[in-house]
Amino acid sequence: MKRYLAALAGGALALGLAQGATSGPALADELVIGVSSEPSAIDPHYHNLGPNNALKEHIFDALIKQDAKQRLQPGLAESWEALDDSTWQFNLRQGVKFHDGTDFDAEDVIYTIERVPNVPNSPSSFSIYTNSIESMEAKDPHTLIVKTPGPRPLLPTELSNIAIISKETVADSNGGDWPKTEGFNDGSLAVGTGPYKYEEFVKGDRLVLSKNADYWGGEPTWDRVTFKPIASDGPRVAALLSGDVDVIDNPPTQDLPRLEADPEVSVYSGLSNRVIYLHMDQHADDTPGVEGTDGKNPFKDVRVREAVSKAIDRAAIVEKIMGGVAVAAEQLLPQGMYGASNELAVEAYDPEAAKALLAEAGYPDGFKLVIGTPNDRYINDEKVAQAAAQFLSRIGIETSVDASTKSVFFKRRNDYEFTVYLAGWGSGTGEMSSPLRALVATPDKDKGYGGTNRGRYSNPALDALIEQALATLDEAEREKLLQQASEMVIQDYGILPLHYEVTSWATREGLAYEPRTDQYTMAMSVTKAE
Amino acid sequence: MLVYFIRRLGQAALVLVVMALLVFVGIYAIGNPVDVLISPEADLAEQQATIERLGLDKPLWEQLWLFLVNALGGDLGRSFVHGEPALQLILERLPATLELALVALVIAVTAGVFLGLWAGLKPDSLTGRSIMTGSILGFSLPNFWLGLMLILVFAVSLQWLPAGGRGDTVSLLGIRTSLFTLDGLSHLILPAVTLALYKTSLVIRLARAGTREVALQDYVKFARAKGLSSSRVIYVHVLKNIMIPVVTVIGLELGSMIAFAVVTETVFAWPGIGKLLIDSIVNLDRPVVVAYLMMTVFIFILINFAVDLLYSLLDPRVRLSEAKA
Repeated sequence: MKRYLAALAGGALALGLAQGATSGPALADELVIGVSSEPSAIDPHYHNLGPNNALKEHIFDALIKQDAKQRLQPGLAESWEALDDSTWQFNLRQGVKFHDGTDFDAEDVIYTIERVPNVPNSPSSFSIYTNSIESMEAKDPHTLIVKTPGPRPLLPTELSNIAIISKETVADSNGGDWPKTEGFNDGSLAVGTGPYKYEEFVKGDRLVLSKNADYWGGEPTWDRVTFKPIASDGPRVAALLSGDVDVIDNPPTQDLPRLEADPEVSVYSGLSNRVIYLHMDQHADDTPGVEGTDGKNPFKDVRVREAVSKAIDRAAIVEKIMGGVAVAAEQLLPQGMYGASNELAVEAYDPEAAKALLAEAGYPDGFKLVIGTPNDRYINDEKVAQAAAQFLSRIGIETSVDASTKSVFFKRRNDYEFTVYLAGWGSGTGEMSSPLRALVATPDKDKGYGGTNRGRYSNPALDALIEQALATLDEAEREKLLQQASEMVIQDYGILPLHYEVTSWATREGLAYEPRTDQYTMAMSVTKAE
Repeated sequence: MLVYFIRRLGQAALVLVVMALLVFVGIYAIGNPVDVLISPEADLAEQQATIERLGLDKPLWEQLWLFLVNALGGDLGRSFVHGEPALQLILERLPATLELALVALVIAVTAGVFLGLWAGLKPDSLTGRSIMTGSILGFSLPNFWLGLMLILVFAVSLQWLPAGGRGDTVSLLGIRTSLFTLDGLSHLILPAVTLALYKTSLVIRLARAGTREVALQDYVKFARAKGLSSSRVIYVHVLKNIMIPVVTVIGLELGSMIAFAVVTETVFAWPGIGKLLIDSIVNLDRPVVVAYLMMTVFIFILINFAVDLLYSLLDPRVRLSEAKA
């Protein structure tokens, strides 16, 4: 039905019915953004989720900010350095005030970090970013010393996810206990230092922010920003065309050519940090989704994994399924981002070589395989899985697709019900250790490795490299180690990257959007085009 | 009447409990909400900690028991997604849905009864036939298609009305409503018309059939013979008698309009409970889904009860038989 809606919305354009967004609602400096999903709370420490994280950038600041390419930039900390292997010093910005006039200092930071693990009912806690902190100390009101148990090069990146709240404002809100999420949602505690102030939040309806004219980073562009959640693709596009909203995120791929052709609309696209990959069960001989191999698990054989990789025409998937709005992937993070190897190239499509490898591995007639995939989580996820299945069938692996809605898919995947599955990974840290640690490191609860390695790929040499990288403070050296690790897992075909998602935004004419690799939709990224 | 009332109440309570149990167990069987909610960056220890924080590590019978005990105290649990009481989330959204359903109901009844009466009184005229043909269209057009077409014509092309969302609201007795602002009404028109169309057709057909039957009854003939003006005959004697089936059906349909306006709410990004339900199902937000369905059952029970009362107002015979029973 989704496609039908979108086609209809697009059809109007083709018919020339659309007059476009000439009479937008935005007076001088008002901005209305139609978003596909809304935050589940205003509390910046409640739910580690894309829309929530995008919102917190408006109202709050972190010590360190991530720019559109997820490089670290000074935020509430003007500078930071590692004093020794386990000690960091953050020099805080002076003269910054919260929206209610209270002063920002190191006590606010310490209070914030202590609160993070103490948010009741949090469905996805930010404590994963603060676990590594052993102790904190305010040397003076604007100098913060942080101790970690050992070298922790990712600490600045991790802290870039933690929004600083005002201790004076929130500390007494809940009778001495940690402040409640509800207090943030109704606005009374939603007091930050960020470029926009909380105005109104009606769940499912609107979220209104107003300008913080005293923002330390310069006066924000918009006087008033309204976010409207419009989950369905067709109506979201229609809202842009009718002038109800000025900007929308995630316009459906099939409508992009029509939107681009419309003189009243501009489309902005950029590479994201999200890779779509196939993971393969490499754990034991007993695997659920394979038939015709005499009880063996073919994916324990690297030749079979290589054959599968060579059998898939990534360029064709990008071109035909993704409408060109994706980039074929050679590793788990696009080149140019921290830790991505420049030595790797996209696997060439070579079905003949794939067949030969299969025969060599002892499967000249192939086998039967089921690929698991979600059908509502990633852009065109099920269609991509179908295409991959077709390619595999061509080299003799008779493949079918088992698609389900995300809630069902993730449960089944986590119960190891798939031999091969399609999923995606966005690097929250914007660097290579994130996908390596989560997707291909040997699962280890104590170290926090392999949380999403449901293919149970295990390579001790790779684990050692990752561990070494995560203990190396020197930036250049760490990057080299991560690049090596990336090459190692790709050359071992431990996981098969397919493509990187490209994220799009559509605006009415006269506005520009700076695409972000983290896929966040933010008012700060919208500028008036000259 | 009192016995009848108590019996109804008992049945209703039973339905509520059985339904809650079915939904609770059903959603438990689908999957674990933590798999959907948690950041993929979270490691295994954090995943486990979250499962415990939300109380999902307990065995099913224990979760069920806790739920039932709390439900007796009026606490239907906290949303896994929003961390707020499920009932509060629903009640926050309910006014939006109620006003949408109400406006749609008013449109359906006024337009439906008027057109149905007309078609019933002049069944062979061109207008009468056109009305009946139109009602077939109203039955067969899918809701989401009609909604999109209305958006395309009135919002995208003509730009007379907004494409979606709820307009400005004012607080009336603590309830936020958009019925009393111009902006609010302009946002309400398209979704209300979309939601009303099917019901309008239904009412047209009922009213027409009723009119044709009633118009031939002896008491109508007698009224005419007595020399009453034709408008008094139609608007008092005929209208009152055709309203009984209309009230029954509309009563039932009002429940479904409130509970299942999902498609319309989705197309128009209307912040009502239908959208909340869909989001909650996708995220396996069990407390909200269970609370929502319990409230739906409750609304149906209320409406049915109101319909019974209305009968007795419209039809004195019902009053008499109830009194005897």
